[in-house]
Amino acid sequence: MLAFILRRLGQSIVVMLVVAVVSFLMFRYVGDPIISMVGQEASIADQEALRDRLGLNDPFYVQFFRFITNALQGQFGISYRLQQPVTELILSRLPATIELALVSATMALAVGLVLGVFTALRPRSWSTGAIMSASLVGVSLPTFLIGIGLIYIFAVELKWLPSFGRGEVVNLGWWRTGFLTESGLRSIILPAITLSLFQMTLIMRLVRAEMLEVLRQDYIKFARARGLSKRAINFGHALKNTLVPVITITGLQLGSVIAFAIVTETVFQWPGVGSLFVNSVAVVDVPVMAAYLMFVAFIFVAINLIVDVLYYIVDPRLRVAGGR
Amino acid sequence: MTDIATPEGRQGRIARFFDSDIVFSYRRSPIAILASIVALGLILAAVLAPWIAPYDPFNPRTLNLMDGFTKPMSSSFAGNYFLLGSDHQGRDVLSTILYGSRVSLLVGLSATLFAMTLGVGLGLVAGYRGGLLDTVIMRIADIQLSFPAILIALLIFGVARGLIPASQQENVVLWVLVLAIGLSNWAQFARTVRGATMVERQKDYVSAARIMGVPPFFILIKHILPNVIGPVLVIATIGLALAIIEEATLSYLGVGVPPTQPSLGTLIRIGQQFLFSGEWWILAFPAFTLILLALSVNLLGDWLRDALNPRLR
Repeated sequence: MLAFILRRLGQSIVVMLVVAVVSFLMFRYVGDPIISMVGQEASIADQEALRDRLGLNDPFYVQFFRFITNALQGQFGISYRLQQPVTELILSRLPATIELALVSATMALAVGLVLGVFTALRPRSWSTGAIMSASLVGVSLPTFLIGIGLIYIFAVELKWLPSFGRGEVVNLGWWRTGFLTESGLRSIILPAITLSLFQMTLIMRLVRAEMLEVLRQDYIKFARARGLSKRAINFGHALKNTLVPVITITGLQLGSVIAFAIVTETVFQWPGVGSLFVNSVAVVDVPVMAAYLMFVAFIFVAINLIVDVLYYIVDPRLRVAGGR
Repeated sequence: MTDIATPEGRQGRIARFFDSDIVFSYRRSPIAILASIVALGLILAAVLAPWIAPYDPFNPRTLNLMDGFTKPMSSSFAGNYFLLGSDHQGRDVLSTILYGSRVSLLVGLSATLFAMTLGVGLGLVAGYRGGLLDTVIMRIADIQLSFPAILIALLIFGVARGLIPASQQENVVLWVLVLAIGLSNWAQFARTVRGATMVERQKDYVSAARIMGVPPFFILIKHILPNVIGPVLVIATIGLALAIIEEATLSYLGVGVPPTQPSLGTLIRIGQQFLFSGEWWILAFPAFTLILLALSVNLLGDWLRDALNPRLR
């Protein structure tokens, strides 16, 4: 157990180091930080003096080490565009993205589970066919078009829901939440649906495939022979055994959701980390780009690690293999 | 030539092609026929855009603001007829779509070709050589595959923009986009080709070639590549649909093609501004074209995967 976790931890650290190198190379060599600080007018001598003072003439490994030390303390420099510390910017935008990701993941899990179980239990019904083909079309549509379509139906034509922003927010310490006001709750519906559709189809297909697989197993036949009610078999025995991979995938997806939120946040002008990143790419605001890369990589690695460990705890078969 | 020609020669080869499993399965699949007709039609229209477009939408001299916001299938104040309406600058929506899908297809095809060349090359080398090189290449592919392609494309695009001097950007930004989308999609090819190569490497014909002293490069290109190309074609087709969507997404986000050469994504971005004021056609027609393009290519890829899968025959 310990060896397994340690090895996973080691791999995670390697991945983070690779990402840190990429991030550092961007930070250091894309654009000239001196020019962006003092402007074009400063004399060459002044520029060189500043370069020396900031340690930009130090050897590569010294600079990289300094970058890592600063990153570990949560310092990524100052945004060229907004002239604010990058960490502060990301932290102030983070609650919006996390709330959006959580709501959409919950929606995707709830609807995906129900539809997956339904289509698995009635494989020949016409509604199963309809749901499956609808999910295919849904996957091949670009996210931003789905968002625009929802805006057109619910905001332009029906005028039920707002089409942009977060509505009113309430401050809970540094965490600004939109969950406590009516306009905040109404604002999150459309973006959350947009973001959840992709994972919803994924979860639905996964649940369906797993259910169909499990329903063929001997212990289900045996349960039927014992005369258990359909409900007890389907939900007590079959569904329970499909949940492990579903939880894994949902967990792993949470990382891509945060990255996918880039598009959704732009469509709905949601003030989250994703739209901050897009705006930074548009004007090549390197510190924000580098920090966002590190940040997303960290979330990915952390989630992967947690899911791996959970998997190990939940599924005894992995333990028998001796933590391979 | 080394291939075993049938007695009838070229005629026979064409006949044999029409007798093949692929053609048979194509003729049996109405979806594949429909999808290929739609995709070919759109590609043809895009290629022929300069000749079939009713207006030249990017020539400022022919633009007339009096033509602005004309409804579909009607004439403007200035007396010009617009089949799909016109946008805020008086540009014909049909013409902008034709030119826009040209840009979308150009970027999508180039990016897919680039991703395919890179991915197949690295996959062949990794699968054939094995060892440390294999581990390094596949680790990079693993890491990259765990991030969404759009995020990687955005990063590469941003970095490349930072490295290129501002005066050059107008000219090369299209190719930067190709680079970004291509680099974000190579891993899929590499992974598939590597697996297939590892299987092929064990077979006798490869050992025979090696014993005969054929250099590794030629073994890879002439002997192994033709045997692993099937799945590559499937990934390339589906990858093309993905690349087109990726380009549209980047352009929609405002970090893609320059405004002087709008693609379908840019047109959708522009059209969204007029959604609330009721000028739906500026948005709807480009969006519809993009969906049609992505869906038809996607369906073709799905069909190709089934047709080439021996287990489903």
